[in-house]
Amino acid sequence: MRYAYYPGCSLHSTAKEYDHSLRAVCSKLGIELAEVKNWFCCGTTHAHSVSRLLASALPLGNLAMMQKMGFQEVVVPCPACFSQFKTALYNTRNEPGLREEIEQVIKGNWSDDVKVYHPLEIFSEESQLGKISSLAKRELAGLKVVCYYGCLLTRPPKVTQFDICEYPESMDRVLRALGIVTLDWSYKTDCCGASFALTRTDIVLKLCHELLEGAKSVGADAIAVACPLCHANLDTRQEEIEKTYGTNYELPILYFTQLMGISFGFSPRELLLEKHLVNAERKLEEVKQHA
Amino acid sequence: MLLVRRAVRGDSSRDPVQRTAGINLEVGSMEFNIPSDTVSEFAEIIKQTSGLDTNVCYQCGKCASGCPIAYAMDYTPTQLIHAIQLGLSDLVLNSKIIWLCASCYTCITRCPQEVDLPGVMDAVRIIAQRKKIKAKVPEVLTFYRSSLRNIGFFGRMYDLGLIAMLKLLTRSFTKDIGLGLRMLRKGKLNIFPSFRGVVAARRIFSQVRAREKT
Repeated sequence: MRYAYYPGCSLHSTAKEYDHSLRAVCSKLGIELAEVKNWFCCGTTHAHSVSRLLASALPLGNLAMMQKMGFQEVVVPCPACFSQFKTALYNTRNEPGLREEIEQVIKGNWSDDVKVYHPLEIFSEESQLGKISSLAKRELAGLKVVCYYGCLLTRPPKVTQFDICEYPESMDRVLRALGIVTLDWSYKTDCCGASFALTRTDIVLKLCHELLEGAKSVGADAIAVACPLCHANLDTRQEEIEKTYGTNYELPILYFTQLMGISFGFSPRELLLEKHLVNAERKLEEVKQHA
Repeated sequence: MLLVRRAVRGDSSRDPVQRTAGINLEVGSMEFNIPSDTVSEFAEIIKQTSGLDTNVCYQCGKCASGCPIAYAMDYTPTQLIHAIQLGLSDLVLNSKIIWLCASCYTCITRCPQEVDLPGVMDAVRIIAQRKKIKAKVPEVLTFYRSSLRNIGFFGRMYDLGLIAMLKLLTRSFTKDIGLGLRMLRKGKLNIFPSFRGVVAARRIFSQVRAREKT
């Protein structure tokens, strides 16, 4: 299987470990990712606050480039990018005149049957689950995690068409195929405060505090995530949250692809585990020894 | 419920021929006609710029109860929509809520009338910027503008550049310095920007700018 790959800005900076681990597990699964040449930012969640035209033109400009490379399907691991792509496609399908305007802006074209996938959609297909399960070395059997999907993968459902919007299961299914225990909890798709980290940090601290409390109360050893912003907020702000609320979590925040990678036998170094501010290796070693 | 009463009253008090001059509203299988004189001008402006109809909201309050940031807002999402329905444009454009919405899409997912509240927030934010109204949570608008300027210049987001610009503009020099240094040491922030993709990105930015000026 061969897909175009749009990593997005975060996967080349704050979330390099997501990029590395995704590439690693895809190579094991025989999924080839061809990075879109000269891709540019999708406009993230900021463009639509300033210009409707820009918010659609940036993702669709990237899609047009991808189709020029001969691809009809693209893998987009960052939910913010995923949401921008899906929203732009949805809007141009439903808003009369918008497609023509965007075509003029980007001086290009895209076909409506282009497919935008989050890696979880590919990995949670039955055929892939079997493969994942057979590749897993079961080292992480006994690790208890909660799966945190965040906002933008599932919402709004008519746009993203991803899993079940209020209680998604795809990440749970993928991790369970590795032998990892995934726990039920009430915060799967709650908001982490996203980019308010840089402006209204107080909001991020409050929302992430609730997430960490929720994870701790069901007995999770770690939180598995699929979004660079969720990761940044839960990992890099965890110490500040502990100080602000007088608590102690030391909950490792791991990309689901890192958990897959470890189960497939990649070393922590190959998966850039050392990049997290909350130490993850210690917890994983403990689990491995018990297994 | 308020909406239905208003629509029915409008129906019965008017000549059937004139009724078509208002707005035809479909709620499920029922169709209502709201005479134009009861529709707020501000709601009309929002509809024209974004295609979103706020008049279909019947104030159930589901958006307010699910909003994760409602606790920090001056008005709840439900109240904001009501204000738009009443045409209270000054209140809306000068509110904090429009800048505190994180676009998490919980409200639109749960709204029984499928009111696209985050889309309404975008439309209102854009109107406020066009009217040069000072944002009630100014650092948020500064952040949005700075990050877009960053993308427009580099093609891909250059985090260090954005952080530096934000610090200059909001004069918050000491905030998060320790965390920033730790992230640099971990190699989470790139020292140098990448200019790949810059040509196409800049072309799109200038095209959009030219179109939105007219």
